[in-house]
Amino acid sequence: MVTLNVNGKAKSVDAEADTPLLWVLRENLQLTGTKFGCGMALCGACTVHLDGKPVRSCSTPISAAAGKKITTIEGVGATRTGKAVQAAWAKIDVPQCGYCQSGQIMSACALLAEKKAPTDGDIDGAMSGNICRCGTYNEIRAAIKDASVTLVKGA
Amino acid sequence: MDTLQTSRRGFLKSGTGAALSIGFALPLAGLSGRLDAATPFSPNAFLRIGSDGQVTVICGSAEMGQGVLTAIPMLVAEELDADWKTVRVEQAPVDKAYNNPMFQMQATGGSTTVRAFWEPMRQAGAAAREMLVAAAAAQWKVPAAECRTEAGQVIHKSGKKLGYGTLTAAAAQLPVPATPVLKDPKDFRILGKRTRRLDTPGKLNGSAKYGIDAQVPGMLVAVMARAPQPGAKPAKVDDSKAKAVKGVRQVITIPSGVAVLADGYWAAKKGRDALAIDWDLGAAKDLSSAKVSAMLAEGAGEPDAVAVDLGNTKDAAATGAKSVDATYEAPYLAHACMEPMNCTAWVQGDSVEIWVGTQSQGPNQGILSQVASVTPAKVKVNTLMLGGGFGRRFAPDFTIDATLLSKISGKPVKLIYSREDDMAAGFFRPASVTKFEAVLDSQGRPTMLKAGVGSPSIMAASGFMKIPDNGVDTFAMEGIADHPYDIANQRLAYGRKEPGPQVWFWRSVGHSQNIFFIESFIDELAAAARQDPYEYRRALLGKQPRYRGVLELAAQKAGWGSPLPAGVFRGIAVAQSFGSYVAEVAEVSIGADGTPKVHRVVAAVDCGMTVNPMTIERQIEGAIVYGLSAALYGRISFKDGRVEQGNFNDYPVLRMNEMPKVEVHIVPSTEKPGGIGEPGTPPIAPAVANAIFAATAKRLRSLPFDTAQLKKA
Repeated sequence: MVTLNVNGKAKSVDAEADTPLLWVLRENLQLTGTKFGCGMALCGACTVHLDGKPVRSCSTPISAAAGKKITTIEGVGATRTGKAVQAAWAKIDVPQCGYCQSGQIMSACALLAEKKAPTDGDIDGAMSGNICRCGTYNEIRAAIKDASVTLVKGA
Repeated sequence: MDTLQTSRRGFLKSGTGAALSIGFALPLAGLSGRLDAATPFSPNAFLRIGSDGQVTVICGSAEMGQGVLTAIPMLVAEELDADWKTVRVEQAPVDKAYNNPMFQMQATGGSTTVRAFWEPMRQAGAAAREMLVAAAAAQWKVPAAECRTEAGQVIHKSGKKLGYGTLTAAAAQLPVPATPVLKDPKDFRILGKRTRRLDTPGKLNGSAKYGIDAQVPGMLVAVMARAPQPGAKPAKVDDSKAKAVKGVRQVITIPSGVAVLADGYWAAKKGRDALAIDWDLGAAKDLSSAKVSAMLAEGAGEPDAVAVDLGNTKDAAATGAKSVDATYEAPYLAHACMEPMNCTAWVQGDSVEIWVGTQSQGPNQGILSQVASVTPAKVKVNTLMLGGGFGRRFAPDFTIDATLLSKISGKPVKLIYSREDDMAAGFFRPASVTKFEAVLDSQGRPTMLKAGVGSPSIMAASGFMKIPDNGVDTFAMEGIADHPYDIANQRLAYGRKEPGPQVWFWRSVGHSQNIFFIESFIDELAAAARQDPYEYRRALLGKQPRYRGVLELAAQKAGWGSPLPAGVFRGIAVAQSFGSYVAEVAEVSIGADGTPKVHRVVAAVDCGMTVNPMTIERQIEGAIVYGLSAALYGRISFKDGRVEQGNFNDYPVLRMNEMPKVEVHIVPSTEKPGGIGEPGTPPIAPAVANAIFAATAKRLRSLPFDTAQLKKA
């Protein structure tokens, strides 16, 4: 048994230590908002936060996640940044198929938590690991800037 | 909308209180489904109004990002005069009532949903509106003609008002009007307005349910080693190491590969990777990309199925002032949907239930009934969200595999293809080699065009279509056979060649390669004629006002001919596909290492009357990204019978840092609606190729672009 801290709650899971966090979230804990895309940390669909930092959960064994605060798309709305980002995503109406958007939002939240007013270069740097096959990149950029306005105002 | 549920389940949950539902069988010959008081909540329905005024629209098309879960409700709500804030949407079960009238089956593809349902959905809303008006008029004892409707209310000229929710019980007793009167489009209040999607909220907090999220108690997760080629057989399977993996329960060989069933994905994937399989590739064992190219070039050189034969190409060739010949090539492509193919199936006795993101809900019912030897009525298809479709989810391979695995194991099975197995095992956009010959007169105008297209046939591969008697696969020739340019003598022909890989529909299908070919070649003709490529096209499109309209609008909005920053060049292309016309201008510079950078794309689209302009803008933009990924990087290649790509490292796609600015301009139109999911893709590759030519005088005739040719010396 491994104990994980997920969205502020302690969860005991029965899984092998090498199991990627992605599958424990999705299968053991039924938190299916975190998505499987590539299994090799190439697409970002599985992005979650470990102690606030974005990680690819498909390539993070649970042994590396134990003892850290894990935040998923289901929990990120409880943070001020997450709330602002989700509101901006809704206002711009970013998603198409939506499958990558959990990961996009998690990457955007990590960026904005670090830097409230990111430049285009910062956005490229933080977001280029997240693939969107529907091509919503310009809307994602616009939503990050919109959330940034909210967060800067609130500072 | 919180979660998607089938309408029957929704009905059971909200089955109290009066409600009005309208249903009819398609193809539409008036509204034939008389309401039956005993079963007012028939699942054969598009619309349900609760006594609380809640309007529920039931959508038979699958949502893969293209916006049908918003477009279909908008169509109904417009004619119903619903209050948009009260409208929600549900995913329909499989029922012939939801057959797409353009397909005669319940399936989503070919950019057809709005085109096919534009009238039927409006009629469903209009019929309900007339019944609600009649119910209110009867209650007030006034003529119906004295009543109007607005935002979910019937309003009498005296000012009296009744909400729709209060009228449902009375309206449900009335006959369904056979020919409800539809609005004049100038009176539209909802259609044509930028509208946020109804499915957005669930896509922002992880609650939207995709096929891969299905959970069935007691299910096993399966990962497969899929056959590397159609027809390949596992000659020898050693599964001892796979079975030793903790959590692996069973290893099953089915025609399409070897599956490892386990308690979860990770164990199943470890088991799959531990399989030792000797594949007998049969005739495919020597397949290579070089062989594919050679075969297709042969087809292009001697095309025997003639699609267009106009005038006399021989005489025209003899009398021309200048001739231009060129050979183009495009590779096989994978769809690379974000969500790998998956399906959860449970075969129990004489019934099958699946949970899946599929574009072909209806056909799956029939196919799986055969797979499991049950009657079609005993196959229940639960349509969940699709994490991308692009044509790939029209194929039934993953539903068949999941159903077989459940049948054999006796357990509910969630089958998930690994990204590598998803990418490598077929259903590719066909490769094509196309040879053009053209002759120009002394003014530079083309007087003759010959095309030979060497490509495999999607129609033959589809399993549900037949190549017409003239031998021309429609998809192999679309975009070339129906090109719009005014040329007196033409011979446009198809030379079918079948190198072996399974081919399939890919966003914009034949247009995805053919528009690259012909719009690049037209640019070559303009260059040979020493004319501006925009003006050259314009002159040849004199009889094609809609092509010309988008071409001119795109050129104008892009500032065609105006100065650009140093090193940036423009290219233009135009195409019609799926009933919509799109022109795109790309602004491109070339890096020192030869890498093209697309800075901005200006698109103009004429898709007739519009439903949701925001969806139109986003679909064109997304289609540009999809086509640009393919033009810059997309290639499925073969060596020793096997695909050489497997994941996003060797099959790269466009990322945030490469994203151009995109502007989409919509031509106001009263024409009937065209499709919008696909038509943005075809013009982008030639627009960029033509800009590369403008920048470098190098004509790139193969996809993806060979940037080595562009490297500065």
